[in-house]
Amino acid sequence: MAEKEYAYYAGCSLEGTAVEYDMSMRQVFKALGVKIREPEDWSCCGSTPAHTVDHLFAAALAARNLTIIEKMGTDTVTVPCPSCLSAFKRAHLSMTADESFKNEVNELLDEPYGGGVIPKSTLQIMIEDVGLDAVASKVTHALPGLVVAPYYGCILTRPPEIAQFDDPENPMSMDKILQAVGVKVADYAFKMECCGAAFGVPKKDMVNRLTYRVLSMALDAGANCIAVACPLCQQNLDLRQSQVNSTMGASFNIPILYFSQIVGLTYGLSPKELGMDKLVVSADEVVRSRIAVEELEKKEAETRAEAVAKAAEKEKKAKAKEDNTKTEET
Amino acid sequence: MDTLNLTKSMDLNFIEQVSRESGQNPSLCYQCGNCTAGCPYTHYFDYPVSQIMRLLQAGQRNIILTSKAIWLCATCETCTTRCPCEIDVAMIMDTLRIIARRENKVSEKDIKLFYDSFLDSMKEHGRLFEMGTLLAYNLKSGHYFADADLGPKVLEKGKIHFFPKNIKGKDQVAKIFTRFQEKAKKHG
Repeated sequence: MAEKEYAYYAGCSLEGTAVEYDMSMRQVFKALGVKIREPEDWSCCGSTPAHTVDHLFAAALAARNLTIIEKMGTDTVTVPCPSCLSAFKRAHLSMTADESFKNEVNELLDEPYGGGVIPKSTLQIMIEDVGLDAVASKVTHALPGLVVAPYYGCILTRPPEIAQFDDPENPMSMDKILQAVGVKVADYAFKMECCGAAFGVPKKDMVNRLTYRVLSMALDAGANCIAVACPLCQQNLDLRQSQVNSTMGASFNIPILYFSQIVGLTYGLSPKELGMDKLVVSADEVVRSRIAVEELEKKEAETRAEAVAKAAEKEKKAKAKEDNTKTEET
Repeated sequence: MDTLNLTKSMDLNFIEQVSRESGQNPSLCYQCGNCTAGCPYTHYFDYPVSQIMRLLQAGQRNIILTSKAIWLCATCETCTTRCPCEIDVAMIMDTLRIIARRENKVSEKDIKLFYDSFLDSMKEHGRLFEMGTLLAYNLKSGHYFADADLGPKVLEKGKIHFFPKNIKGKDQVAKIFTRFQEKAKKHG
């Protein structure tokens, strides 16, 4: 890969309730040789609350950060959080498409945004810029018992005109990355069904019901783990899993990992570095099931050899029995 | 189904206003219902999103702006993605929320309060202070123990900060708020 440097905008959640997403994403980028730099003194993107106030206002809150990134001299910002990503994409696209809108937004800012920064998700960087071969080449460990339901959430690839990445109905980028690192991926019908988004606090019951469906469908798909790429999805599925159990009379105990944590585990990174202990629903079993690829191959070879030996033994015994009956007959 | 007297209640200016502010053409909607079919929130809406579209075509300002539906929409973008007429339905819902807020007609007070607590935190610190936002919401909404069951879990994991992180440029962020408010005042 070229020596390109990306701006890396973590966003507010990744400093708090989604700190393990930040930890694992940085580790994975480091392992892949992706150079990232945090924009200095970045501010909140405005997220969902800002666009209930005004489109101009929402664009300005996002664009303050785009201005900072533009001054860093990089043309791409990679953003782990889909909500921040969407705010940046909307601001960037509407400002570059409409000169008068751009001027109006810039009037609200101390320093104007020129329009020279492309926002991309961390998934997009991994699949398009790094490439699946390179992603696969760093694997040292296997997670043999794991079956993952890849959960993208609603806005990572929607609406297609804004997201300009992957498929809006059946995205595959996370599936492909997880498969590239040797993880079994379930065929998951609810990969884009909404988890309840930012309504967790004011409309808890509604969110619990929506989350219940997402969790149930993952189990129905044969998964024993869900991979996410969004702090809000993670929070609703992981932190609120106990709420779902009590309000819906369920007994879910399914670990919700950021895709970057799963990739990191296959790269042999330490659970501590990947923030595995930050998850509310324990992923200890996933961590314990991890095995070095060579060891797994050795084990598999042994099992195969054992099976062959057993089969030979069985055949021998059967033959001996046959011979015995023959002698008795004669 | 309610019966509406369109001669009396049809507000043509409202249709024009929503079209202008959203950049969308609501008259393209032919009521196929695809948006409602995919809407994860439709069970909680008082009017399904396709009915909001129909009410909009009929210029029903008051019904729409006081509806719960526009606030229970999470902007998941499923409707926009699937609309065969390529209407950005989620953008229309967004615009309706903005207008309802401006006209002080918000039906879902708790949701607005949560958004406002978020924005206040942002204005004050430049970044979101999660703990402060939640506490402000609980105090103002009167739901003093909202999500209290989750508190020990996040505390145990060391994921929540007790003090805000003030960025150096927090005044620049606050200025975006005040400049916008001044601009909004000037344009009525």
